[in-house]
Amino acid sequence: MTLNQDVAIEVKNLRFSYDNEILIDLASLSVQRGESMAILGASGSGKTTLLHLLAGLLTPSSGSIALFGSSLTEMRETERDRFRGRHIGLVFQRLHLLPALSVLENIMLTLRLARLPPDKQRVDQLLDQLHLKDLAMCKPDRLSQGQAQRVAIARAVVHRPKLLIADEPTSALDDKNAEDAIAMLRESASGAGATLLVVTHDQRVRGSLAREFEMPVPL
Amino acid sequence: MILLRLTFANLCLSPLGSLLTLLLVSLSSASIIVLLLASSQLAQTLSRDAKGIDLVLGARGSPIQLILSAVYHADIPTGNIRLNDTLRWRDDPRVKTAVPLSLGDSYRGFRIVGTTAEYAPIYGATLRTGRYWDTPMEVVAGALVAEAARLQVNTQFTSAHGLGASGHKHDTQPYRVVGVLKPTGSVIDRLILTSLESVWQLHDEGDPASNHQNSTDSDEQHNASQSHQDGEEDHANHAEDNVQHITAMLLSYRSPLSALSLPREVNAAGALQAAAPAMEMARVLQLVGIGLDGLKAFAVVLILIAFLSLFATLYGSLRARRHDLAMLRCLGANRWELLLMLLLEGFLLAFGGILLGVAVGHGTMEAVGYMLANTRGVGFTGRTWLSSETFLLLGLLVVTAAAAALPAIQAYRTDVARTLAAP
Repeated sequence: MTLNQDVAIEVKNLRFSYDNEILIDLASLSVQRGESMAILGASGSGKTTLLHLLAGLLTPSSGSIALFGSSLTEMRETERDRFRGRHIGLVFQRLHLLPALSVLENIMLTLRLARLPPDKQRVDQLLDQLHLKDLAMCKPDRLSQGQAQRVAIARAVVHRPKLLIADEPTSALDDKNAEDAIAMLRESASGAGATLLVVTHDQRVRGSLAREFEMPVPL
Repeated sequence: MILLRLTFANLCLSPLGSLLTLLLVSLSSASIIVLLLASSQLAQTLSRDAKGIDLVLGARGSPIQLILSAVYHADIPTGNIRLNDTLRWRDDPRVKTAVPLSLGDSYRGFRIVGTTAEYAPIYGATLRTGRYWDTPMEVVAGALVAEAARLQVNTQFTSAHGLGASGHKHDTQPYRVVGVLKPTGSVIDRLILTSLESVWQLHDEGDPASNHQNSTDSDEQHNASQSHQDGEEDHANHAEDNVQHITAMLLSYRSPLSALSLPREVNAAGALQAAAPAMEMARVLQLVGIGLDGLKAFAVVLILIAFLSLFATLYGSLRARRHDLAMLRCLGANRWELLLMLLLEGFLLAFGGILLGVAVGHGTMEAVGYMLANTRGVGFTGRTWLSSETFLLLGLLVVTAAAAALPAIQAYRTDVARTLAAP
């Protein structure tokens, strides 16, 4: 199999089943580098499972996934962990900021776990950009929902990932904040030079990203 | 490093629980360390004070009492014996040294021991100042006595009969200090040494004419000591027949083989009792040991409780942080790093507790040693390290690993996808 580095995501004949139930059956999906795409579908359509597969948190029952020319499905688990830490940024609906660490440490953690040097300049720039400068030393429990989400985004893009995946980033937000969140994700992705994937059932996201993909219902 | 930082941060997130576990671990290890130190130092003291003394001859009675009174100076004597009865054993070819002791008086609670110049060398004691006695009523003070009772060369004092302050005072004949010993760390530091003649002279031995002075007093004390209520046996058994009495004789053998025959022969001969310090102390330690073993078992239970608490803390923190752990995996940490993190957390807590426990245990022993320094014969100190402590620490590490293993394995097995999806 020849792998094209200009293709961000290359999925072929992907199948994932759990307890003998096929949850995902995806013949092919291809996303270009730098593209932004919404993956839409009703709840239960396997969107989140697809996200976990693409992030290497789950392994498919069959088929292949390649990210930027590297075959995710052929990696050992620790290699996938490493690849994810280095090249993928993840934002979840529930933010999962580490409560023991300050905002700054939460963001730095990404660099540490990706084994990258602590790039103070990059972190400062991000804090500035996301209006978090004054909160750098705060613990997450002191933040508002909007501030916490910005920290989560900063944490996901600080290491300039090639792929930024957001899982239902807007479903807990009102219209205004949802719009802002998508805009922020788009800006952060393009600022980091990342391909953006937003997995959602939120119809408000429709039309705000360049490409949309509707999850096929498995047979 | 980042794992260590995370671990620290997590411990600080629930400081009360962490601190409680830390204290439990430290208190339980401290108590077992104190017990280890105390029992080893007790045994050490007992064997040190009996070093060089293979057999003790004394009046018939309890052998343990004879050893406690004549070797450790911690009990009243069993009675007096005639010096003549001991000469046969002193001159026996199997006996290397024979040192007579005559007990009975004290000064400010410190025993005055009538003996010969051969007594001090048993304990390796040498003079710090002055000289040994030449004439009766001259004494050499042990290091601790000199310090506690402020005795120095040329100080004069009068002794009291028995060990208590209430004893009859020998006011008419004062002792005079002619020498002070260097400290040895053994029982001799707490003794005042003088010649046998001093004791005989003081108690009118062989001079029935002047015996009237304290005859009633002596009889009373004699009776009292029979029922073990008074401080000291009255040794001056009033020379019915002008013979000289001593309280005990300390023997050392030329060959260890003599232990097989000599004690039996002495006991069979009738007049005297022979007791071996090593054997009697083994009996005492066996009795004390039962108590110590009970305490040790209790301390082991404490340790188990402490480490159950450690397990509960780790398991609780694991459950509370399962989303954090899943997130760490999303950020690139692998299973092994999560396992390591939980192990680190357990070992940090346990290590902190154990280190604190070692410090508290040794500090306690040092404090106890300081408080008992002048009063008891056992020199407790915290400034030692026993090999059994090393084994204890190794054992504690194993227990720590056991307590941390299950939570760590659970962390290793975190199912990221399911955890993230779970509420």
